[in-house]
Amino acid sequence: MFIAKKRAGEDIASSEITDHQVYLNRRQFLNGSATVATASLLPLSLVNANTAPEPTFKDLQKSPFSTDDKLTSYESVTTYNNFYEFGTDKASPALLATNFPDKSKPWRVTIEGECDKPGEYDYDDLIRPFTLEERIYRFRCVEGWSMVIPWVGFPLADLIKRAQPNSRAKYVEFKTLYDPQQMPGQNRKVLDWPYTEGLRIDEAMNPLTLLSVGLYGDELLGQNGAPIRLVVPWKYGFKSIKSIVNIRFVEEMPNSAWMKAGPREYGFYSNVNPDVDHPRWSQSRERRLGEFLKRKTDMFNGYEEHVAHLYTGMDLSKNF
Amino acid sequence: MSKLKITLFISSLVPAIWLVYALLTNQLGANPIEAITRDTGLWALRFLWFTLLITPLRWLTGWNQLATLRRMLGLYVFFYALMHMLLYLWLDQFFDINDIIKDIIKRPFITIGFFTFTALIPLVITSNNRMVKRLGGRAWKKLHRLSYFIAIASSVHFYMLVKQDKAEPLFYIALLVVLLGVRLYRHYKNTRMLAVSLN
Repeated sequence: MFIAKKRAGEDIASSEITDHQVYLNRRQFLNGSATVATASLLPLSLVNANTAPEPTFKDLQKSPFSTDDKLTSYESVTTYNNFYEFGTDKASPALLATNFPDKSKPWRVTIEGECDKPGEYDYDDLIRPFTLEERIYRFRCVEGWSMVIPWVGFPLADLIKRAQPNSRAKYVEFKTLYDPQQMPGQNRKVLDWPYTEGLRIDEAMNPLTLLSVGLYGDELLGQNGAPIRLVVPWKYGFKSIKSIVNIRFVEEMPNSAWMKAGPREYGFYSNVNPDVDHPRWSQSRERRLGEFLKRKTDMFNGYEEHVAHLYTGMDLSKNF
Repeated sequence: MSKLKITLFISSLVPAIWLVYALLTNQLGANPIEAITRDTGLWALRFLWFTLLITPLRWLTGWNQLATLRRMLGLYVFFYALMHMLLYLWLDQFFDINDIIKDIIKRPFITIGFFTFTALIPLVITSNNRMVKRLGGRAWKKLHRLSYFIAIASSVHFYMLVKQDKAEPLFYIALLVVLLGVRLYRHYKNTRMLAVSLN
């Protein structure tokens, strides 16, 4: 089955298909078919016949990492956003990112730094090799609220393996697009643009770490970080950088936008930790959007069994 | 009550009525509790700024009837601040006294907010005519200068709680600088004129 899938991928790569929609339709057909091996042998025309308009991603592979917590409504997920590139209040991104990203400008992602296979990819080429799946994750903001979001994406580890980082690659640094014409919030220097985030290479390789291209079965909307964003569910939301254009393997710990803005307030790790308070927000509890009572916040946002080993021997109150 | 007072009384209630209406009709976004907590706090601050505007406006226009409105505006400061405080105690802390004490000690902007609120209480208690008489005009005036301190402390509270984009608190701080600045200027000018006339 694995071989058959892989062959399907090569098949697409060698074809003339570049249209994103066609690719996705084909992908969902492949994913949805119980007999993937047979599907990969079907003539392309037959596959193309499957052009159901929506949702964009259908019959996605489910993940054992998904939570069965009740989902936060699509409306809340798409109207309550911290995306300072489109304004600093929660409502602005949904209002100002309606045409983002500009369809006439190709979305290019550069992969560079300490790796053997650097490259610059168009969005479609970037995600083509990977199998998309659904991951329902808890999402905890440093401000004390949380959501449950059904993401669509693929493990960051898959992409990293392709880039073949070398032994000096200790960290991965991510950058958001800098384009004040498309992102009006960047006209004010609220943060040191472009937004920058980073992960330690083992955090980046953890199977929970996701590159997301959609949610609720559809492509990401501008306010959610279209077309491609990071999702690191055991860290505070601001680590999950949006609208990525640059992925760089580096030897030194990157300085994130929030670390620069408030080094005492925002650390590199920013793991969800009910015992380490932010000076402005107590982190022991959270308000799950849509719920009246607050709930207790879990260590590593409830993903302790998957990630606690990454931090053995570290003082998490110092490495916050 | 004068027509003017009745108009002011009703229009000052509008933000509260709007908030309740918006809450019931689901217009406060995905996190309505955060929204009403923030908005009641902001209205308390705005009403405090209105009370501080009365005196300079009187100087400017010579319309002394304005002074009769200040008490009501001050009581509205307390009304919105009380809502703000109760929403925090109830929906943020669920009246858990241990958590509340810990929170007041731990988070500086909560500490400041808490003491700013308590500083309003003596002003409310002494707001009626009987108390003005009992204290005597001079002592009453002195006590109510506490409102300057409350305004400064509220600004600090606001400034500290905002995560990164300080534009909104800075806007209110700039207004406060003007409101307090004109008082200082006038005080300085008056004492100098007094000194000149004594010579």
